[in-house]
Amino acid sequence: MKDEINCTELENLTRFLIALGDDSVIYSHRLSEWCSNGPYLEEDIALTNVALDYTGRARLFYQYAAKLEDNGKTEDDIAYLRTEREFTNLLIHELPINDFAFTMLRQYFMDVFYCLYLQALSGSKDESLSAIATKALKESHYHLKRSEPWIKLLAQGTDESRQRILRAQAELENFTGELFLMETWEVQLVDQGIAVDRSLIQLEWERQVSAFLAESNIQFTQTQLQVSGGRCGIHTEHLGHLLSEMQYLQRTYPGMKW
Amino acid sequence: MVKRSISEKRISVATPQFAKRKSHRESSKHQAVWSLLDEICDPELPGISIWDLGILVDVVRQDSRWTISIMSTYSGCPAVDSIGQDIAELMMRRGYEDTTVKFVLAPAWSTEMISPEGLDSLREMKIAPPDKDNRVECPVCQGSNTRLLSQFGSTACKALYQCQDCLESFDYFKCF
Repeated sequence: MKDEINCTELENLTRFLIALGDDSVIYSHRLSEWCSNGPYLEEDIALTNVALDYTGRARLFYQYAAKLEDNGKTEDDIAYLRTEREFTNLLIHELPINDFAFTMLRQYFMDVFYCLYLQALSGSKDESLSAIATKALKESHYHLKRSEPWIKLLAQGTDESRQRILRAQAELENFTGELFLMETWEVQLVDQGIAVDRSLIQLEWERQVSAFLAESNIQFTQTQLQVSGGRCGIHTEHLGHLLSEMQYLQRTYPGMKW
Repeated sequence: MVKRSISEKRISVATPQFAKRKSHRESSKHQAVWSLLDEICDPELPGISIWDLGILVDVVRQDSRWTISIMSTYSGCPAVDSIGQDIAELMMRRGYEDTTVKFVLAPAWSTEMISPEGLDSLREMKIAPPDKDNRVECPVCQGSNTRLLSQFGSTACKALYQCQDCLESFDYFKCF
């Protein structure tokens, strides 16, 4: 009986690590799509540097998951050889980059979210998780320093830039609710002091986002329509296309290395 | 434009975090290996050793087996893998055949871990060293009238600045 409990615990932890890795790798891939398409060189470099930070996180989560699974699979197997339904990222990470306003508004939403989430996760009883979160938290604080001024600039800039921010907001509001929905197996990990209850940071996230957007005379309202399903592997139509690109090389030339 | 003379050169001060690292190194029995590892530099910052950058954490020996612990500056830093390889190769060449490079996550790296010599090397490379209050001084003319061009420079650990006095663009090593 004792072994059975430990087995579920281990399974839950692995699942959790892969989900966090999926959030990061998918988001990183989206940001990397800006490479050579940024509005100007410095911003191009900034977008891809943020992407690099997220790749780093994904690698740390996947490496840890691979170590726990201990079945000979590596971080690369997890990233490149799973299908759409096996990915469990929260949906907001997989939405297409759209225009620069959309990319930066999502970045801002994610930055506020990760500053709160990683802060909480750094208190995890799991030492490795806590260490990864502590390291990543510093990066997210820095990302926020870049996304905030961009939102202000775009929202208070020209009519066109403001319209684009408002359009981005109308779309993103359908996906922010999922950030705070918990699966049963995640709740079990929260009870063990390993994971973080995301529903508990929702109020603070909304408070910060509303107050910040209000400075640019934008009202933040959580819409009734909330799309969800990412943590169960139910995705938007966009993820499959992303994976077909991201996994192309390993699917076409299995085992290919640098 | 007022230029400072060489005699007014900035003096780098050791932080408490660096002092802790230094005393750990000095108390180690394996001084020869620590000194050997001073030959390893960050490939993206040639001229600054992994010790000075603060990412060399520990040297441990168990029987004939050596374990070198290092950490990455940022979680996505691509240089860390090649630094690991450099260490393994150097150790092998100098006869420490059984060497493992271990990547540690905690404590998280911070610019406070950089040695005073490392800060001096940054200045020599015309990279402005990290400053807690983000007072970024031009590494070329020492002018303080500088502005941020981009929050990210040539690598994740640097931001891009421009001096308003001498108009030179330069990297600033982010305070992190």
